[in-house]
Amino acid sequence: MVEKIKNKAELEKKISSCETKLEEKFSGKDGKRHMVVCGGTGCLSSDSAVIVSTLEKLIKEKGLEEKVTVNMVGCFGFCSQGPFVKIYPEDRLYRLVRVKDCERIVDEDIIGGKVIEDFLFVEPSTKQKVEKQEDINFYKKQLRIALHGCSIINPEVLNEALGYDAFKAFIKVLDMNQQEVINEILASGLRGRGGAGFPAGRKWQFAKDQKSDEKYVICNGDEGDPGAFMDRSILEGNPVAVIEGMMIAGYAIGAQNGYFYVRAEYPIAVQRLQIAIRELEEIGLLGDNILGSGFSFRCHIRLGAGAFVCGEETALLNSIEGKRGMPRPRPPFPAIKGLWGKPSIINNVETLADIPYIIRMGGAEFAKIGTAKSSGTKVFALGGKVNNVGLVEVPMGTTLRELIYDIGGGIPDGKKFKAIQTGGPSGGCLTEKDLDVPIDYDSLLERGSMMGSGGAIVMDEDNCMVDVAKFYMEFICDESCGKCTPCRIGTKRMLEILNKITDGKGTKKDLENLRTLAEVTKANSLCALGQTAANPIISTMTAFEEEYLEHVDDKKCDAHICKSMLKYIIAPERCKKCGICARNCPVDAIEGQVGKTVFLIDQDKCIKCGVCFTVCPFKAIDKK
Amino acid sequence: MAHLQEHARKQIKEIVDRYKDEKTPLMMILETIQNEYGYVPLEVQEYVSELIDIPVAEIYGVVTFYSLFSLTPKGKYVVGVCLGTACYVKGSQQVMDKFTEILKIKPGETTEDGLFTLDALRCIGACGIAPAITINGKVYPKVALNQVASIIKELRNKGTESV
Repeated sequence: MVEKIKNKAELEKKISSCETKLEEKFSGKDGKRHMVVCGGTGCLSSDSAVIVSTLEKLIKEKGLEEKVTVNMVGCFGFCSQGPFVKIYPEDRLYRLVRVKDCERIVDEDIIGGKVIEDFLFVEPSTKQKVEKQEDINFYKKQLRIALHGCSIINPEVLNEALGYDAFKAFIKVLDMNQQEVINEILASGLRGRGGAGFPAGRKWQFAKDQKSDEKYVICNGDEGDPGAFMDRSILEGNPVAVIEGMMIAGYAIGAQNGYFYVRAEYPIAVQRLQIAIRELEEIGLLGDNILGSGFSFRCHIRLGAGAFVCGEETALLNSIEGKRGMPRPRPPFPAIKGLWGKPSIINNVETLADIPYIIRMGGAEFAKIGTAKSSGTKVFALGGKVNNVGLVEVPMGTTLRELIYDIGGGIPDGKKFKAIQTGGPSGGCLTEKDLDVPIDYDSLLERGSMMGSGGAIVMDEDNCMVDVAKFYMEFICDESCGKCTPCRIGTKRMLEILNKITDGKGTKKDLENLRTLAEVTKANSLCALGQTAANPIISTMTAFEEEYLEHVDDKKCDAHICKSMLKYIIAPERCKKCGICARNCPVDAIEGQVGKTVFLIDQDKCIKCGVCFTVCPFKAIDKK
Repeated sequence: MAHLQEHARKQIKEIVDRYKDEKTPLMMILETIQNEYGYVPLEVQEYVSELIDIPVAEIYGVVTFYSLFSLTPKGKYVVGVCLGTACYVKGSQQVMDKFTEILKIKPGETTEDGLFTLDALRCIGACGIAPAITINGKVYPKVALNQVASIIKELRNKGTESV
């Protein structure tokens, strides 16, 4: 049985001993070396759990248990280079480690004391090998507030979190009254990280001002935007920080219960939350009369069940209440009438993760970071056609150019940048001319996109923008809950038109209709899902009007994505008459005689599968 | 209407009892049943309705609203292809097409031999390793088109061996 922590002094003592221990670990003062392995989703699927067990086994076999430890930590964020193994106290980072490499790490580095050059990251711009994480360009412009502790502490060990700033903010809060806490959040200028950017302090104020026997704090972890994984990584990397943020919110508005609503698709995040909640309950940091302060708080977990619309706050409330996840009309706002009819605040994971920092450092300090109207940092999930795929946290006001080129390392294979999509299915595309705009809530809105939860998908010349718009519309059409007509029918009709255009049957009139429908759906839908559903269409139609026109007028798709407009043609001057294409064609659409005649594709038979294009050893086949 | 066997009723009652202290536990009950049985058929919904006194129409409404719940049993191997944006721009649609072509089923369907169910997944947050697929929940990174056939073959061999 673990001893409960009864008061503030005891917690301070506990924190200080955890800090000393962690500090000794990182600095090597404990005379040991410590290996940490990335346990983010990307790395886990590349067998990082096996890397941990292999390293543990090797350490044991070689009798090094007293001198070396192995731990799993949260996401390093640099997913395209994972799995990572980091070694303290040298702070040495090995990347792209495979299970077979474990033996070398133990033999050459741990025992031999040598840096293994092969496993170091090579900076693409300078071709230099880099030993320390902080010296890698990908990390240089980053500032980790919401990702505090991720990839540093073991998320399944409470003592590590306590040694890394956890609960310092909570102690501070116990000496403040409710209004003082809210004032600090108001001063920080923190805006909701879920996408809409509503000031968090004001939301809290509304809920605090309500008189009610019961209030709730809800953490929205229903991260449904395709291409976004920041909330997942925060919950997986430092769940205690999010719980602390939730407790502070509970203290401020007068709630005693908090609900985490997390996607069922995130089992690791759920499991780590469960572990953290159990550990906190055991030592008395969750439960009744915490630290003798009179403040009681409990955390509960509810799982989403695969409905994108549940990220909308009122739909989320319905889902917790065991109903279909359909949005409710607002007002009344949840802060007045929320979960089970009680005043509730719903904050995104990243918002809550920012709270402990704001309380620790003061709201004014947080407000200094970022831009005047969007303070602090934002985590982006940088993905798509960019070299350094991963999770990055940068101060608001960073430009897209810095994000894509300095941090993201540019576009792979020397291709040309075409657009970056932010805000997921509710957002829009930004292009070359927007690259130097400082990113914040307002600048993105002005340009027809939005912050969203932070997905940032880079596209290059091989992506067709009509196809991209169609992709998002398919998603929204599927996920529309069907409650209100503009969204239910509007998205369906828009999708039909997009299908028509990409099938090469579109007309100018279709483009007009598409724009009208987009405006109508935007203006008349009940919730944000429908109101923003047309954004990808509007933004691509504005920025890439010519591409739409080409599809409609010339029946041409320059990116060669829309199959109906695509032709594979064998260039007679490059054809070596080998017949490989004909042998591989699944529908016998290619004719010719080996060694004798140039081969020819029968366009009527061709199903445009692209096999011939891939197999031709002489690159004699063109896409037209 | 088919009736549930006694032991199934007992198991479902046990699941419902697990959440008796929770407010509005319907989702939790259905999620547990889905996880443990792989589907939530109508008979089970009727019994749950009896136990927690919520009309079966409402339960059916919930079951059919959320994509996690299934009314029919899933295959032994549930293959999910992520069609999130990051995966999509890296060609996951083609990976999906390959699976439908070889398995001869559409997303959401199960093969006749009960071995495979093919699912189109919304972003699974594995964007760093796109295109990603899942097989019975485990994530596999960077799936290339030419791997699809061998993945299916391997699972088919494994699946028929152990039957």
